[in-house]
Amino acid sequence: MENKQPSFYEEVKKDGISRKDFLKFCATTAALLGLESSSIGQIVKALETKPRLPVIWFHFQECTCCSESFIRASHPIVANIVLDKISLDYQETLMAASGAQAEDAYKAVMAKFPGEYIVMVEGSIPTENEAYCCIGGRSAKQILEEAVANCKAVVAWGNCASAGCVQAASPNPTGAKPVHKVISGKPVINVQGCPPIADVMAGVVVHLLTFDRIPQLDELSRPKAFYSRRVHDTCYRRANFDAGLFVESFDDEGAKRGYCLYKMGCKGPVTYNSCGIIKWNDGISYPIQSGHPCIGCSEAGFWDNGPFYQHLPSIEGFGIETTADKIGLGLGVATVVGVAAHAVVTNVRKHREITNAPETTEVETPKDK
Amino acid sequence: MRIRSVPMREVHVWEMPVRLYHWINALCVTALCITGYVIGHPPAFMKSTEAYFNYWFGTVRFIHFVSAFLFFFNFIFRIYWGFAGNEFSRWYNFIPLKRCQWKEIIDVIKVDVLQVTHKQIDSIGHNALASFIYFITFLIFLLQSLTGFGMYSAMSSSFLPKMFAWIVPFLGGDMHARQLHHILMWGFILFAIVHIYLVFYHDYIERRGVTSSMIGGWKFIEEDVIERHDAKTEDCPKN
Repeated sequence: MENKQPSFYEEVKKDGISRKDFLKFCATTAALLGLESSSIGQIVKALETKPRLPVIWFHFQECTCCSESFIRASHPIVANIVLDKISLDYQETLMAASGAQAEDAYKAVMAKFPGEYIVMVEGSIPTENEAYCCIGGRSAKQILEEAVANCKAVVAWGNCASAGCVQAASPNPTGAKPVHKVISGKPVINVQGCPPIADVMAGVVVHLLTFDRIPQLDELSRPKAFYSRRVHDTCYRRANFDAGLFVESFDDEGAKRGYCLYKMGCKGPVTYNSCGIIKWNDGISYPIQSGHPCIGCSEAGFWDNGPFYQHLPSIEGFGIETTADKIGLGLGVATVVGVAAHAVVTNVRKHREITNAPETTEVETPKDK
Repeated sequence: MRIRSVPMREVHVWEMPVRLYHWINALCVTALCITGYVIGHPPAFMKSTEAYFNYWFGTVRFIHFVSAFLFFFNFIFRIYWGFAGNEFSRWYNFIPLKRCQWKEIIDVIKVDVLQVTHKQIDSIGHNALASFIYFITFLIFLLQSLTGFGMYSAMSSSFLPKMFAWIVPFLGGDMHARQLHHILMWGFILFAIVHIYLVFYHDYIERRGVTSSMIGGWKFIEEDVIERHDAKTEDCPKN
């Protein structure tokens, strides 16, 4: 590894990316991050002058869909920024090195850039029995704790690293936990989604590089620029929701007309993500635009709040498709029956109090005659 | 003609603010439950039309939100009145901290719920069991306000809902807040069924005019009950 780290711009220039495309990328990223136009210059300057970010990228219990999301990013610079051009010294899926060389690579980063390198994590960490996820004879927890000790910040890619995702779904056999529940003392950025949008991933990296600090985060440590609004509130089908026009089944007329997918179990109203604005695959589409309800993949515990095609989650122990409202309705009927039974019993048991209350007397009145 | 000659006196039990609170609350809860259920399960009574002609679902949600604000401030007022009102509306009636309150709860269960003993319950305002149930409903009010305004805060920039924004991450996300909001709605519905029935029941059995007392404020109370009430010591709330 060379001592002088080339800047991001120097790297992409070598790949034949024009100055114009580079500036376009900087402007787009500034817009995505919700920054004012004056900050475009800051981003350009940072990417031109600052050395690449030293990064160690770990894969723990995951499916690599976060990496896949990035590889599939259609914008060349977006794909490059994480996969090639930040100094990705250790990335299990993509690095050429293996075995001892791979181990040496990430140990070299830790030794060379203490307090400067970023740890990026894909996947959850098993805590029930650490042996469920071991690399090079060491457990995920040990590797992570060692790497995090001297890092600058931690980026948790995707739902696995941010909230546990499918591994942490009930019954969670490996005791899978997200990154922020395993480590402490370092800032963790949860870049939610299963997978997160590639442009969002790039935006987070650019922010880290440009401003040397972590982006503004919400209460769940998600970057506010991308996760402050619900899919529902940015949905192009929202007008149909307010008008009360809903798809009732996937093959009805409403589905053809593009009505709201609320009744098909769309989790848009309870999901914070940028799918409705940035969209996927270079802004071509996103699930709802393609006629499928949002499954809430950027929310903690979305696997346990299923089924996907049901508005309210099923309640455990009452059988599939038994929602709070179905149980409530049952309890309501039971209460009415109970009340009716009580009324009957009252008339039997309290007969004396009702008909012969104390000091009741019969008085003859002229009207009675 | 049958005449019952029990020495009775009229007692002003429910002051005007309490009665006003009750009916505003009843109105709000009814509106919130109906609109809330419709929001959860919107009926499909329109099709083959375009969105720009209609806004009925938005209106239903608007009614839900307006009722929620009214309900919330009404609830805050009732808490205040628990410190400012008369002896029957004070906060200490609702939280069974005293031994005699638990004794009365057991008595009410025996006399009115299970109907295994026959005797008179001495309370003039709410009996101890009713008060305790109201305390639980106040907790449900609070949770319903927290989850409701918590979910609302995402689409509002105003001060009040923002104060509740923390509840959503605390519960682990909007999905959990919404689920809890749905479950608690049934608490209101079950309460209303039992509450209305019991008003009829008590009016029927006790003949103190409990139903109309929430309109006029006065109840008929037997003289011996009033005497025992006046003789109550500090150990027991005079309710």
